[in-house]
Amino acid sequence: MSATNTHLSQYQKYNQRVSRNRATSEVAWVRYTLIAATLLFLSLFLFVPLATVFTEAFRKGAGTYFAALSDPDALSAIKLTLIAAVIAVPLNLVFGVAAAWAIAKFEFKGKSLLITLIDLPFAVSPVIAGLIYVLIFGMQGWFGEWLTDHDFKIIFAIPGIVLATIFVTFPFVARELIPLMQAQGKEEEEAALVLGASGWQMFWRVTLPNIKWGLLYGVILCNARAMGEFGAVSVVSGHIRGLTNTMPLHVEILYNEYNYAAAFAVASLLALLALLTLALKTYVEWQSAKDAIEIEQE
Amino acid sequence: MKRKASVLPGFKLSLGFAILYLSLVVLIPLSAAFLKTFTLTWAEFWQSVSAPRVVASYKLTFGASLIAAIINVVFGLLTAWVLTRYRFFGKKIIDAFVDFPFALPTAVAGISLSAIYSTNGWIGSLFEPVGIKVAYTPLGVVVALTFIGLPFVVRTVQPVLEDLSAEVEEAAASLGANRWQVFYKIIFPAIWPALITGFALAFARAIGEYGSVIFIAGNMPMVSEITPLIIITKLEQYDYAGATAVAVVMLVISFALLFLINALQWWSNRRLGHTAS
Repeated sequence: MSATNTHLSQYQKYNQRVSRNRATSEVAWVRYTLIAATLLFLSLFLFVPLATVFTEAFRKGAGTYFAALSDPDALSAIKLTLIAAVIAVPLNLVFGVAAAWAIAKFEFKGKSLLITLIDLPFAVSPVIAGLIYVLIFGMQGWFGEWLTDHDFKIIFAIPGIVLATIFVTFPFVARELIPLMQAQGKEEEEAALVLGASGWQMFWRVTLPNIKWGLLYGVILCNARAMGEFGAVSVVSGHIRGLTNTMPLHVEILYNEYNYAAAFAVASLLALLALLTLALKTYVEWQSAKDAIEIEQE
Repeated sequence: MKRKASVLPGFKLSLGFAILYLSLVVLIPLSAAFLKTFTLTWAEFWQSVSAPRVVASYKLTFGASLIAAIINVVFGLLTAWVLTRYRFFGKKIIDAFVDFPFALPTAVAGISLSAIYSTNGWIGSLFEPVGIKVAYTPLGVVVALTFIGLPFVVRTVQPVLEDLSAEVEEAAASLGANRWQVFYKIIFPAIWPALITGFALAFARAIGEYGSVIFIAGNMPMVSEITPLIIITKLEQYDYAGATAVAVVMLVISFALLFLINALQWWSNRRLGHTAS
């Protein structure tokens, strides 16, 4: 899933070579059967679900659709989702850059352990991600009493939602940058320093331009997950309408109340976010491949 | 700490911040789960994690995840193959769409799939006459987990297929191998580590999945209740220790899988002659 795809032109040439050569390609009927089977599978699992979100959302007409979206509870859910993403994404971005800088540019003991630990949140069930914060900040948790005494709520309140979101989106930027920066090496930064650049100048003028596509790629994926997270947020939210409901949780409440049209209306916004994410992601892959080819040609 | 002297700045700052943030956000909270289980006696712990309803949920979670991951191996390989080898209309869009399950919030996937596969849905209504119910049965769980795991096998196998050199296949063909022999003897040995890695990634994701499953599963105890839902149910009953005990069982399994996946990736990279990436 790396953003860098340096061999694009090579792949294309190769593809043409295999698909045109009779000895290294399949006969027509096999080819068409395989393509048809793939399209059928992907239709069943990707395109039909996507289309369903929109047809269900508009089943009762555009009036119901926009009424569902302008409902105060829906608006507060949208707001909370944005708040969680606006806090979680920049924090994980700073972490990702710092971790990738240390891992890619320096040698130290325990590096592979650190890389594995960064991936941990992806291995943990979202439900457990919520649970561990309940164990720490919940009423019976480590800081439960202290928090109650100081009248500060984390669980069943916004801070808990933000924390759970940070946890589930933790690895995205780091795991995108680490291989990219490792592949780039450190010669360019060293050259900048030798030429008299300060540490920050080197970072802003050499490192950042080199990693911008990988960084953007990680941020796009991080943001999509931050806005769409359900399991972890569900555990810590308490589902208080208009207060601690994010968009995915609002979808769940509406759905469980058999208010399908409204549930799918809010869901359609999230589906649009997913489509936007895919479009941006494809654009970034395309740009970084273009940059890589230009560098090769220079 | 022994390391080569480097002229680059910011090592202590970046590593210090990374470790501090990792500890605060991930390591300390995760250790809370393990510490909480120590408040239970061994007998209490065992009772929590081996109650019949919990065991039934393990069977469903692991069984459905296994079936979904196998479906994804078959169709993931097929999709990767078609996307790297053939040219057809709309290929680039379809290639981008493979990542749709990563981008779509799980709750949206859940309600959409249950609308499609319920008895009056587009696809569910086709199965109804033959007496197969998909939504609100274990079969529905498999459908949701297949959706969630779909990109993993495609995205691990695709780069390996792209990297295969045409010369080897041409050589095999010129020596008289037919297409099936080329696939079986040349291509398959090169891609199977990637296939297994993709399988493990899809399986690991599936066993923890919650959002997409609960809408389509029906959540009947002993029949269609997944393990993450058991944790939620116990939490709602304020049985924190019980919830944590089940969570720890899942964490241990997930960590073992993560370790296995890392080892697999390291091994297959080395096998293909790549340096650590």
